[in-house]
Amino acid sequence: MTIRERVDRSIERDTSRSYKYVGAPLPQVDAYAKVTGRAIYADDIILPRMLYGRLLRSPHPHARIVSIETSRALALPGVLAVITGEDLPQRFGILPSSQDEYALAIDKVRYVGDPVAAVAAVEPDMLDEAIKLIQVEYEILPALMTIDEALEHPEVKINDEARIGNIHKAVSYEFGDMEAGFAEADYVREDWFFYEGNNHAPMEEHACVANWEPNPHDPCGGKLTLWSSTQTPHYVHRELSKVMGLPQSHVRVIAPHVGGGFGGKSDPFSHEMCAAALSRRTGRPVKITCTREEVFLTHRGRHPVKMWIKTGVKKDGTLSAMHFRSFLDGGAYGSYGIATTYYTGALQTVTYKLPCYKFEGMRLFTNKPPCGPKRGHGTTQPRYAVEVHLDKIAHDLGFDPLELRRRNLIESYTRTVNGLRITSCALGECLDAVAERSDWNESRAHPTLGADVSGQSPIDLPNDPKIGNASAASMKRGLGLAASSYICGAGKPIYWNDLPHSAVQIRLDRGGGITVYCGATDIGQGSTSMLAYIVAEELGVPPDHIHVETADTTLTPVDLGSYSSRVTFMAGNAAIAAARKLKGQLFELASEQLHVPVENLAAAECLIYDENDPGVALPYVKAVQLTEARYGALVAAGSYAPPEDMHGDYKGAGVGPSPAYSYSVCVAQVAVDIETGELVVEKLWLAHDIGQSINPLLVAGQVEGGAYMGFGEATMEQQVFRKGRHKIPSLLDYKLPTTLDTPEIETILIEIPDHEGPFGGKEAGQGPLNPVIPAIANAVFDAVGVRIDETPITPDKVLKALRAELPGARSTQRPQVEPIEVPSPWPTRLITWQPDKVTPSAKDGI
Amino acid sequence: MRDLISLHVNGQRYELAVLPHHTLLEVLREDMGLSGTKHGCELGECGACTVLVDGVPVLSCLTLPIEVQNSEITTIEGLEKNGKLHPLQETFAELGAAQCGYCTPGILLAGAALLREHPHPTREQMKEALTGNLCRCTGYTKIYEAVDAASERLHATGGVS
Repeated sequence: MTIRERVDRSIERDTSRSYKYVGAPLPQVDAYAKVTGRAIYADDIILPRMLYGRLLRSPHPHARIVSIETSRALALPGVLAVITGEDLPQRFGILPSSQDEYALAIDKVRYVGDPVAAVAAVEPDMLDEAIKLIQVEYEILPALMTIDEALEHPEVKINDEARIGNIHKAVSYEFGDMEAGFAEADYVREDWFFYEGNNHAPMEEHACVANWEPNPHDPCGGKLTLWSSTQTPHYVHRELSKVMGLPQSHVRVIAPHVGGGFGGKSDPFSHEMCAAALSRRTGRPVKITCTREEVFLTHRGRHPVKMWIKTGVKKDGTLSAMHFRSFLDGGAYGSYGIATTYYTGALQTVTYKLPCYKFEGMRLFTNKPPCGPKRGHGTTQPRYAVEVHLDKIAHDLGFDPLELRRRNLIESYTRTVNGLRITSCALGECLDAVAERSDWNESRAHPTLGADVSGQSPIDLPNDPKIGNASAASMKRGLGLAASSYICGAGKPIYWNDLPHSAVQIRLDRGGGITVYCGATDIGQGSTSMLAYIVAEELGVPPDHIHVETADTTLTPVDLGSYSSRVTFMAGNAAIAAARKLKGQLFELASEQLHVPVENLAAAECLIYDENDPGVALPYVKAVQLTEARYGALVAAGSYAPPEDMHGDYKGAGVGPSPAYSYSVCVAQVAVDIETGELVVEKLWLAHDIGQSINPLLVAGQVEGGAYMGFGEATMEQQVFRKGRHKIPSLLDYKLPTTLDTPEIETILIEIPDHEGPFGGKEAGQGPLNPVIPAIANAVFDAVGVRIDETPITPDKVLKALRAELPGARSTQRPQVEPIEVPSPWPTRLITWQPDKVTPSAKDGI
Repeated sequence: MRDLISLHVNGQRYELAVLPHHTLLEVLREDMGLSGTKHGCELGECGACTVLVDGVPVLSCLTLPIEVQNSEITTIEGLEKNGKLHPLQETFAELGAAQCGYCTPGILLAGAALLREHPHPTREQMKEALTGNLCRCTGYTKIYEAVDAASERLHATGGVS
């Protein structure tokens, strides 16, 4: 089978659009650099006279720093600099509203791993000893390690950003008439869920190289360049400038090849600030590369979240009201946490129609590494809760889980009850496709307890299950389903401004080459390639003539960063805008030369030609030269900012809106061993509403990677702590899926173009992860009839739940998740908002 | 104190002065400039630093150079020969099996060893051969497809390199 045939098999298209490069399964433009070892990542950079740096990190989860003594370390031969908190006293943080981090702790440490001092030495081998020679005296403070402890002990103040006790942020919203909604319900169900935290674990450990170049004639003393494995060079640029006390004109941040991010490289980090400060102190380049343990401690991973959900349902299966509460375990600092808190509530309304919706959320500070954004940012946890909850409702009411969802799907070009603008939506098509591929209806013909894997009829649970070797007879098979939605880029930037979210410059060379400049950061998802394909399509020039220069705050116009699945949508549209300006100029000259009206011209195969008579053509290079002769250098810029009318007019409405939403549906097939509790995920079918694939190979790669990561979170990954310390900060102990664990993944791409997406394209980087976790949880129930209401679904939990079901067990449905005593009143002002305050005509202007 | 050692890497013999406790990974990357070999844990857990020693995949972060002075070491830089790529390198690029590319050198070398042993590996053989190489981007799906395609390509050209 050819590559094209393989790819076509996975796509369902609504029309026969024909593009030359868009939609084609081309290799990434830097694929050959990656497969030959030529791609340069941050730790691969070696500069002349370069020093090596390392951070000393706190061994205590919560302590006051009494004193730090660095002279012995500094006296060690080969050690050139040691810095502490007082050298970098400027606070910073990714959100303007959470400026609560120091490059190195001042006064207090708040988690095991909090950076306290940094050293630079000539050889990496000297760093261990130098770090050991730094003497820090601590006064130990009580440590709060869970959501419940943080709520119970407001007197132990972890972070002064918390206004009440350890509550970092509390939000409360009510949309529509909740009383009427629940009054209309024929059935109401409540559930508690817990989603465990986990780490991104990108294969590349965070690394950076800072290079200070002194200039005594410059009032600032010189300029700084930082190469860093970051997803957000623009934000690092802003925060690094602030901490270093330098104007942004004197700081250059470059992201080289980045070895995976998944959200974990989206914050400005201490090691970046320290490398910069050590470089300025020593006048030499400084490299800091984190160890794997430090990656786990730097974290910014998935927030552990406890969730309570109450939903009203009518007899016909339609949802009449939903009340949702989330309690986020934020760790010691703010990071993206305020946004995360909003995200746990904002998107419930984007997948299913809700006539009214109430959301209360709060984020607690704890003495753990700070949590932040991980693939699916704040929406993954509630998606798990909502989809398992709906599955329970379907079971309670005797609905096929697929049918219950079908009766509630959000419709395209509508408004949600919390004011979000919905544009294209292929959720129904995703449901149909995934049901067909997975044989859902056939397999569900015998509901509840699953068949054993040899295909025989369901058998009863054994009376005395004991752990033993799995046998076919003890393995039960089940299918589960879940749906989800995700943003195609955050509608609002992290810091308030009216500026474009993404900009692209294109320069046409008179020899035929094209250079595209964009701040977008390729972390493996293929954004650099995406820019090349889009410019190639617009200008009719093959991608190999196009050079893309990215992620360099001096060379490239701002793109906000590789987060919130925004790059294809926003940088893609900016690239189209820039290319069309140049195309307009080229066509003007071509029109004169060919005596063909501009509107009849098209560009392809390095030719500009008459669409009605393709023989009448001007070579692209000739057109460039004629145009440059007339207008001078050929450079154009395009930019993208999301439309305004995407959200309600209440405070906090800025988290959730997006120029478009992607939709995904997953079916999981699992086999569960009733003797051992072992869970085998055999297959995942994942249908994804992509709008239009810019490159279906890369889109499928994102879907498969998301499904893989969701599978890991559902079954094994967990960031857990013991006595204040990370229990398993290594890739051996932190379980993540290998080839032997990972199920077969079948991807189905639904292509119904979005009116505002570049060539109709939408996101694929994050959305496909979300339905995987609840689909697996629901499949476990289908297989063995027990609900696991917390992640990860490990064999011990399955076994415990199975045993609780046995005749004679003390309680049949012991709650797995300990409910939180809900603060009354909720510690923030309730904001109520009625959807009729926004004109419902989302189609206007499209 | 550095020791003088001799290593045979990618077809060339090198005389090197190395710190005796440094791993092969450190010597390849820091002393020899072969930065195509990656690291993700330095403890033998992730497979990113895989190189071939006499054709067998080993973790360079757990290997001391002094142990392999009499062996032929192949890094990712040596997988292509005279500017011609190994079929696995071609198919990994063509089929999107390298996303961020960080685990890719290690997986390509483990994959090349697999294809030498099993020119037509089954999916199970692929999983066994690559289970020590973690990838966080791909879900492994495109990696299997690329190994399949390289196997076909090797068969069609009649060569196992």
